[in-house]
Amino acid sequence: MIDILNLTKDFGDFRAVNDVSFSVERGQVLGFLGPNGAGKSTSMKMITGYLRPTSGTALIDGVDICQEPLRAQQCMGYLPEGAPAWPDMTPRQFLDFVTRIRGLDKAAARHAAGRAIEMTELHGVLDQPIDTLSKGFRRRVGLAQAIVHDPDILIMDEPTDGLDPNQKHQVRAAISEMARTKAIIISTHILEEVDAICTRAMIIDRGRVIVEGTPSALAARSAYHGAVVLTATSARADDLAAQLETLTQVRIEREDRGAEAIFRILRDDKSDETAAALFARVQACLEQMSAAIIGLALEAGRLDDVFRDLTRGAGAEASQ
Amino acid sequence: MMRQVALVTQREFNSYFATPLAFVFIFVFLLATGLSTFYLGGYFEAGQADLTSFFLFHPWLYLFFLPAISMRLWAEERRNGSIELLLTLPVPLSAVVLGKYVAALSFSALALALTFPIWLTVNYLGNPDNGVILAGYLGSLMLAGGYLAIGSCVSACTRNQVIAFVVSVVVCFLFTISGAPLVIEVFRGWAPAALVDTLAGFSFLTHFRAITGGVIDMRDLVFFVSLIGIFLTATAIIVDMKRGDS
Ligand SMILES: Nc1ncnc2c1ncn2[C@@H]1O[C@H](COP(=O)(O)OP(=O)(O)OP(=O)(O)O)[C@@H](O)[C@H]1O
Ligand SMILES: [Mg+2]
Repeated sequence: MIDILNLTKDFGDFRAVNDVSFSVERGQVLGFLGPNGAGKSTSMKMITGYLRPTSGTALIDGVDICQEPLRAQQCMGYLPEGAPAWPDMTPRQFLDFVTRIRGLDKAAARHAAGRAIEMTELHGVLDQPIDTLSKGFRRRVGLAQAIVHDPDILIMDEPTDGLDPNQKHQVRAAISEMARTKAIIISTHILEEVDAICTRAMIIDRGRVIVEGTPSALAARSAYHGAVVLTATSARADDLAAQLETLTQVRIEREDRGAEAIFRILRDDKSDETAAALFARVQACLEQMSAAIIGLALEAGRLDDVFRDLTRGAGAEASQ
Repeated sequence: MMRQVALVTQREFNSYFATPLAFVFIFVFLLATGLSTFYLGGYFEAGQADLTSFFLFHPWLYLFFLPAISMRLWAEERRNGSIELLLTLPVPLSAVVLGKYVAALSFSALALALTFPIWLTVNYLGNPDNGVILAGYLGSLMLAGGYLAIGSCVSACTRNQVIAFVVSVVVCFLFTISGAPLVIEVFRGWAPAALVDTLAGFSFLTHFRAITGGVIDMRDLVFFVSLIGIFLTATAIIVDMKRGDS
């Protein structure tokens, strides 16, 4: 439903987005990840027709956003970065305006707004000017605006930024629910969100797509993927450490956290053993000391490790 | 398209009244028109039953009042980011430009309409030619339209309302005085006559005076309407070009 073709954007000499291509089908939620300044928002601005690409384009349900922007925008909902709105309007007026200008008549507009208000739980603030709303509520008004006309395609720039935990949960549930019938792109800095709602994730850095895949496939690129994580009482940590020393072909990292000590047991580079085999080996090795063990688990790999590994170059450059 | 223009106009127009500022504005405007008519214009001394002294000062009042209305048209939109929302809704840019402009013009028309007590007064005191007065109001509205179109274009260039205000005043001032004898004299000596005539032809003052004189010449109306068209087109082009830089 969304086809991005070689999207590129230059600001003067600076290339903010560099030859980005991908597509998103109905039923998918694509998560845009990347450090600050990676080009996530700029990409979204081009996809939604706000910015003109320097080259490349986006097809929205087959309609070229550069050729026929109005037709493409008709079936798209967009939450811009920072959820802008007109501060002097109330959410009720705002939603009414957005819905009616999209062509719905008065009755249909009221019905649509009611549904969006339901989903974003805006009942309490409907008649309060938007500039007096808290940040989270303002974001929810922006979300309501994006989904009010029940678009097939949803583009949301950091939809859960500034929401309280309940609302985060609620919005994620709403996105997952909508995903069944829509194609959705979100950007986020919250990596657990990617696990929670995205069917695919894409890491962008300095305007380029670095990796792309399902969240679990990306997490599997983590150095800790397949590591055995052992949590123990710190009183017996040293004994355990000594015992673990007897294992061969592994690398062990230890982290002391107050009353607990955490060991990560990784297969070293030469090992071709499976994660399960390692797990069994660790279990056998510690058989005598089970009293000291609080938890023993197999690590699936964490997205934030992968994220950090892949984008560290940018951070280092920026801090110089 | 017309429906969308109307919706944009309505939204924009309502936003003027979201704060008490609109009422303050109208109050001060009425006060200023009243004072200029009665004190500066010597309305009573003239002893005539017409509104010449009332319309006389409109170009100079508008010069400061109208940029205050138009300065926020686009600068504000850009400052609070809502321009991104506005330009990603499935609405033609021309509808947005026109809708916003019509809102500003309606607001200034409202302020102008509220000067009706002056009209009642002359009718009470004497027997004025109401046709001429009507022409005066038409001329005044045309003039306001010209100023606001310029203001809209300037507002599209910046996100700073103060800059938009100052630049609009300056540009409107140039358009106003370009036909004044003082300016014409400066050019007369050395510039080709065609240039001097063109310059004088762009004068708001000349065209405004012609209409308020009571003789409605199509050429004066065409002047204002085409000037408004040009500046609104320029507004759309500038908004379109400056999409990226916030
Ligand atoms: N109008 C502009 N003019 C010049 N440079 C710009 C403009 N807009 C964005 N940039 C630059 O483009 C790069 C990408 O910006 P973008 O907003 O897309 O980043 P992002 O991935 O959304 O970051 P964040 O996580 O902070 O939201 C940045 O380096 C930014 O400074
Ligand atoms: Mg961003």
